[in-house]
Amino acid sequence: MSPTPRRILVVGASAAGLAAAETLRREGYEHEITLIGAEPYLPYDRPPLSKQILAGEWEADRLALRSDEHLADLCLDLRLGTTATGLDIGARVVTLADGSVLEYDALVIATGVSPRRLPGEGAHVLRTRGDAIALRERIGAGTRLVIVGAGFLGAEAAAVARGLGAEVILLEPAPVPLAHAVGEQVGQVLAQAHVDNGVDLRTGVSVTAVARGGAQLEGGELIAADEVLVAVGAVPNTEWLVGSGLTLDNGVVCDEYCVAAPGVYAAGDVARWHNPLFDTSMRIEHRTNAAEQGMAVARNLLNADSPKPFAPVPYFWSDQYDMKVQAYGYLRGHEQIAVVEGDLAERRFLAAYRTGDRVAGVLGVGVSPKVIRPWRQAIAARAPWSGI
Amino acid sequence: MRVELDEPKCVASGQCVIAAPDVFDQREDDGVAFLLTEEPLDVQLDGVREAVAVCPAAAIRLLAS
Repeated sequence: MSPTPRRILVVGASAAGLAAAETLRREGYEHEITLIGAEPYLPYDRPPLSKQILAGEWEADRLALRSDEHLADLCLDLRLGTTATGLDIGARVVTLADGSVLEYDALVIATGVSPRRLPGEGAHVLRTRGDAIALRERIGAGTRLVIVGAGFLGAEAAAVARGLGAEVILLEPAPVPLAHAVGEQVGQVLAQAHVDNGVDLRTGVSVTAVARGGAQLEGGELIAADEVLVAVGAVPNTEWLVGSGLTLDNGVVCDEYCVAAPGVYAAGDVARWHNPLFDTSMRIEHRTNAAEQGMAVARNLLNADSPKPFAPVPYFWSDQYDMKVQAYGYLRGHEQIAVVEGDLAERRFLAAYRTGDRVAGVLGVGVSPKVIRPWRQAIAARAPWSGI
Repeated sequence: MRVELDEPKCVASGQCVIAAPDVFDQREDDGVAFLLTEEPLDVQLDGVREAVAVCPAAAIRLLAS
């Protein structure tokens, strides 16, 4: 039997790190847990940043992931506003930016991602509550807003900004937004919703630099704007792990138990692990995965002699205008799409995605939960495509 | 123990229904969750705690009644 760790260190105090710490307590762990957060706030939720916060519907205090009382009950050594700067996996020591050196018996890495930026100054990104509030204060009726990147984040921000009466120019390098993620047909449908809602969507354009007054396209043209939002993806926060001996490859590389090295686990946006359900290595920037993986890591950490593979069916949702987009499974790399309910043109449909000979995922817009839920089970059961 | 659901926060992911199908369900039209019982039985509490933890909107709370 592995001895119970006496001191657990969780680096990252967002959804994944919090889920890990909370699950450790729920599973009866009574020793010391230190939770380190880069931002000076108690754990808060990020999906509403590009929705209710940007729209001005919520104040920031509604973002709290847990009440103050609940957090106090967890008896955490909570260190906010500081970052980890180094890891020694041999000595089992983490160094913080404030100079402290923390020993651990088990470590959970949940440091998330940072938004990718473009050369130039004065553009917004949208990752933290500070980012969202700063952008919200700058957009209103008549604001000319350029959004670089028509992925889910850029698309949600575009929808909210239109709702606030802003003039929105959405710039996307790919011919069809989100095609790599959801396929060309579905990407077209989502893109059309933006056009129908008055967004000036320009595809096939590359932005080389940003400035306070606009975005510069490849070829030199300047798209003038009052505000610019850059939403071109994110990179895992692994700089502090360079030279630690951990394998870093677009994330902290882990096995199917989310183990990166003896006593070292990773969870959430930063973790690249082998998902046995799809027999592939994946890194997932979805809110639901952060919580599920944080929980899985906590349980494996406490049961190191009998760990369970982390084999979830990924899930994400996105709210744009009156559309609720929901997807289960692993859509990336799919080979075929079939509309199994509804109609793409009406923006009310369920599409199934084939990879190899199985149902790898589904994506629905405006479909009832009773329709979509059996598909989740089919994906979890590795159902063959021929059965649909 | 008592369950509280912050309905305006719910994002209709249905994770709670998967975790505790005898305590939570979803509305047909918009998928927003609702409670089948506010006071779950002791045997249902593990599922409710799981739902609290997996809810991607942090919309569920379990309180001492």
